[in-house]
Amino acid sequence: MTAIDWLVIAAGASAVSWVLWYFFAAERVGAVATLAPASTGTSTGTSTGTSTGTSGSGAVQAQQATITVKGGYSPAVVRVKAGRPVRLAFDRQETSGCSEEVVFADFGIRRYLPAHEQTVVEVTPPVPGTYAFTCGMGMLRGKLVAE
Amino acid sequence: MTTANITHSGPAAEKVVIPITGMTCAACQGRVQRTLQKTPGVVDAAVNLMMGNATVSYDPAAVTPDALIATIQKTGYGAELPPPDASAVDEQAARDRAQEEEFHELRTKAVVSGVAGAAAMVASMPLMAGDHAAGHAGIVADPFMRWAMQSLTPALRGAAPWLYAIPTGALSWALLAVTLGVMAWAGRHFYTRAWAAFRHHAADMNTLVAVGTGAAFLYSAVATAAPGLFRAAGLAPDVYYEAVVIIIALILTGNAFEARAKRQTSSALRALAALQPKTARVLRPTPDGGQAEVDLPVEAVRADDLVLVRPGERVPVDGEVVSGESAVDESMLTGESLPVAKKPGDRVIGGTINRTGAFRYRATTLGASSVLAQIVKLMRDAQGSRAPIQALADRISAVFVPVVLSIAIVTFTTWFVAAHVTGTPAGAALVRAFAAAVAVLIIACPCAMGLAVPTAVMVSTGKGAELGVLIKGGEALQRAGDVSTVVLDKTGTVTEGRPTVTDVVPAAGTVHASAAGRDALLALVASLESSSEHPLADAIVRHAKDQGYAVRAPEAFESHTGRGATGVVDGTALAVGNERLMADWVINVAPLRADAERLAGEGKTPMYVAVDGALAGVIAVADPIKETSREAVRRLRALGLDVVMLTGDNRRTAEAVARAAGIDRVVAEVLPDGKVAEVRRLQEQGRVVAMVGDGINDAPALAQADVGMAVGSGTDVAAEAADVVLMRGDLAGVARAVELSRRTMRTMKQNLFWAFVYNVVGIPVAAGVLYPAFGLLLSPILASAAMAFSSVSVVSNSLRLRQARVD
Repeated sequence: MTAIDWLVIAAGASAVSWVLWYFFAAERVGAVATLAPASTGTSTGTSTGTSTGTSGSGAVQAQQATITVKGGYSPAVVRVKAGRPVRLAFDRQETSGCSEEVVFADFGIRRYLPAHEQTVVEVTPPVPGTYAFTCGMGMLRGKLVAE
Repeated sequence: MTTANITHSGPAAEKVVIPITGMTCAACQGRVQRTLQKTPGVVDAAVNLMMGNATVSYDPAAVTPDALIATIQKTGYGAELPPPDASAVDEQAARDRAQEEEFHELRTKAVVSGVAGAAAMVASMPLMAGDHAAGHAGIVADPFMRWAMQSLTPALRGAAPWLYAIPTGALSWALLAVTLGVMAWAGRHFYTRAWAAFRHHAADMNTLVAVGTGAAFLYSAVATAAPGLFRAAGLAPDVYYEAVVIIIALILTGNAFEARAKRQTSSALRALAALQPKTARVLRPTPDGGQAEVDLPVEAVRADDLVLVRPGERVPVDGEVVSGESAVDESMLTGESLPVAKKPGDRVIGGTINRTGAFRYRATTLGASSVLAQIVKLMRDAQGSRAPIQALADRISAVFVPVVLSIAIVTFTTWFVAAHVTGTPAGAALVRAFAAAVAVLIIACPCAMGLAVPTAVMVSTGKGAELGVLIKGGEALQRAGDVSTVVLDKTGTVTEGRPTVTDVVPAAGTVHASAAGRDALLALVASLESSSEHPLADAIVRHAKDQGYAVRAPEAFESHTGRGATGVVDGTALAVGNERLMADWVINVAPLRADAERLAGEGKTPMYVAVDGALAGVIAVADPIKETSREAVRRLRALGLDVVMLTGDNRRTAEAVARAAGIDRVVAEVLPDGKVAEVRRLQEQGRVVAMVGDGINDAPALAQADVGMAVGSGTDVAAEAADVVLMRGDLAGVARAVELSRRTMRTMKQNLFWAFVYNVVGIPVAAGVLYPAFGLLLSPILASAAMAFSSVSVVSNSLRLRQARVD
């Protein structure tokens, strides 16, 4: 084999490694929204475009987050308190058929997301754990991390 | 089980969900809840701040939904009855609109790119002929294009010699412009969506198309702009513009077909939603104290409104007939093909068609609680649910595209190195490796896997609804196909569920032996049983009243579970029940035992009657089997299922009923909690059990069974414990559910098989595994055609379920 062949093999191996790392192992920086309990009914925006907060005054009643749907979920990871209702507003900013549905398999929920609209999905994680949400075909992925 | 939010309307209480506005805190929630709970007629009320609604169980005889709304409004909050399940209907309409727009857009783009692709292919012929000054003398890596060139070149040279006179460079630049235009207009969404997904560390079908066509375009663009670079490196400056355009055209064509086919999968839901009439003719008071007929939007109809329906009109909302008689076609909701006779007191369902007479009825259940809205919502939830069989497809879909990208890279590397090592010039090796990698990217299609199960669930649940079988989700659908034993509750399931008195046999030699004595005995027993809620007691009381006997309240009454009842009527001590009760009372039943056994042998339930400590007679009650039960049991057995009847009735009676229905396995004398144990026992024997009951008394057993099937009455969609609701109210639905499930499972497996096989076979072929042995390579153009139509074939296969004959 010539140097060209070895070069091509090295480039191919690097490319495969990078693809697998990027899609499966890379840290998704800036994609985590933490929903801390709050004592007021206001919403606070974050740099990731996620609004967090509670509804109601006094005790925490509802945990909320807005998730932008455009080629994936932003944020893709939402941290919440277990045992409390969570309102997730999916803001779909595209018409791609791939993202037209969101599925919470653990809760038996499959919801159609109209393009350029917000669709609210309400779930209550019963116990701490990670609850995945995906597109209708399971290729776009997000996580609800209940603590 | 699904999480279908179906409200249950039992015989004792109605349930309504009322949206409330203005609640901002837990204190508001508590206030509304306390107020509702204190309202007379309210059985239970739960207010949910998150959802902004109140779920109220109430006695319809004591309070109406309107009164509940007024109560909430007086508390200071906004409330109104919910509209018909707007979310389900609106969601479906939005999805339909989106799919329709998508189809038209895709079709236009596919046609335009198809025309552009054909032109590009023709224009590419001279470039591949290799006799131009500019070169392009390298191998034609795409087998389809090689074939096209070899078969078309002589004809094209004759028909359009001017084409071969155009300088190669000019042709290449023209093709670049056309291709760029098609990519930017028709294929733009592939690239924008792939980029958006890439930024989220995600990859989908768009990624494959974008990478495949993008790589082909970039390679060609460099070859066009700087052919000298290629030649200097010993490479032929080949271009693949025609492949890019044709691939885009073919994939768009497939997507357009897919969008149209996907729309058809929800046609049953759409048809159901369309049943709801827009207006209702309601009697409303006039200022002069009279009443006038007013046409109102159905949303404006209130509970207790009197609604008029003429022949040929649709019944606008659910209600109870007050006057008039008619035959109503309920086939669209229950699957019952014959019109159902309606008279005062009968329930009518919104969306059904009044066939013959005119009638007035009182509106009862409205909005989201109506039968039609519940069915639409149940179907929507069911169609959106997942079947366990999909888990494998989900796991593969999640890793599919990155793995295919990796395979494409490996393909390129392997091809290049292998060709180069075996002496092929670097240029030719690069071109061949490049074509194979593009073919891998283009043939891989995750869509077919993703569509295989959901489309079958959607079509199947719709088909079930047409047949009067409501299946509450993919999991129930899958389990129903695996059922090996069907357990039938007797009363109300195998039988009509409305027992009637058939025989009164007085004891010989007693005062009751005469006709008058017999009547007196029946009146005494009916008086005692008037304090009982047992169905057999109800049959005796009804019979006595029908015969005109005076039924009085007993002075004392005691129920003995599983035995009968005792008490005092007009100073006379009475005991009515089975032999065990008589034994407790030390009464010798020998004189009438033969009669009792004979009656039991006829499928009747005999009850001994003792008056003041002496045996007085036997009263027999029978619950006739439904006309359809025998045929339904025969069909279940024909499907290879074991059929077991479960009843609390005595063994002889149960065996007689089972014999009449064609059932050979009977479990009799089971107390209500024993039904669960019996289902569990069968499951422990390795049986997959379907329990069929009326959905109210049998709820624990329905929940315990692998598949709970509730026999509804056409108005009772509820049956929360059940996985399947049989709307027609007979057992034929059980066989339909099992058969439909089996067919659906077959379709799902076919879909998954073809989706997997297509990729498992297609990707290696595209990668060139057949080339060393057979010289076979897959053209990227043919690969794109296969990719486009793999999804279409899966959806089309699912749509065949609509034509399935399930009688």
